[in-house]
Amino acid sequence: MAERPEDLNLPNAVITRIIKEALPDGVNVSKEARRAISQAASVFVLYATSCANSFAMKAKRKTLNAGDVMSAMEEMEFERFLPPLRDALEAYKKGQKGKKEASEQKKKDKEKKNGTEEHDKSREEEEEEEEHMEEEDGENEGEEEDVEN
Amino acid sequence: MSEKSVEGKDERGVNNKTISLPVSRVKLIMKSSPDVSCINQDALFLTTKATELFVQHLALSSYNNGSGKETNTLSYSDLANTAEETETFQFLTDILPKKILASDYLKSLEQMEEDEEN
Repeated sequence: MAERPEDLNLPNAVITRIIKEALPDGVNVSKEARRAISQAASVFVLYATSCANSFAMKAKRKTLNAGDVMSAMEEMEFERFLPPLRDALEAYKKGQKGKKEASEQKKKDKEKKNGTEEHDKSREEEEEEEEHMEEEDGENEGEEEDVEN
Repeated sequence: MSEKSVEGKDERGVNNKTISLPVSRVKLIMKSSPDVSCINQDALFLTTKATELFVQHLALSSYNNGSGKETNTLSYSDLANTAEETETFQFLTDILPKKILASDYLKSLEQMEEDEEN
């Protein structure tokens, strides 16, 4: 839980670096502007979370999944983020699989669970990317941290 | 131009680190939202990545729309203008209010009072 208001800020150094990478070389970003962007980023996280959460609730799920975040981006009219997000997620998953070599296990789990996932079918067009990650509510081992606090 | 550099960065980062913001902090912010109970690892990753894209998008749009191109600066007012003028950034207007001079504000108050009297 966030105990101090500062806990809800993102680290300035990282934000500054990301801004620098986005802008042409040599652009000066005022301190006030950096602080404002950092706050905007926190608000963005909250906004995205609440949008994603409403998609999860509509589907009667307690756990936010990747599809919910993608739908939230569409809802917020940030469709432009979808392709880079898909690429990043794919790369991220590859990295995880390489580490854990757990793909076989995952496939088996998925087959087992197919029956329980029928109710999600209607949303699957939006979630082409997420076929492998429909694991829900703690049936999975270790990789997902569904901490409840 | 920036699009390219963003993609380039992604490609380089594919095998090591694709995100630079701390996931734990993003998670903390997400959890501060009252209705959220569980967030799976992929959703957390995507939100973190999206936040980075958002920061870049906001900075670049503000710079491109802004007045600082000649002076090579990005200022607060560029951000406030972008929040007000761009539909996708409208949700930021509360935390990126436009600055006005106190004297102008007082004048507009007086103006409003006069209007009410008439």
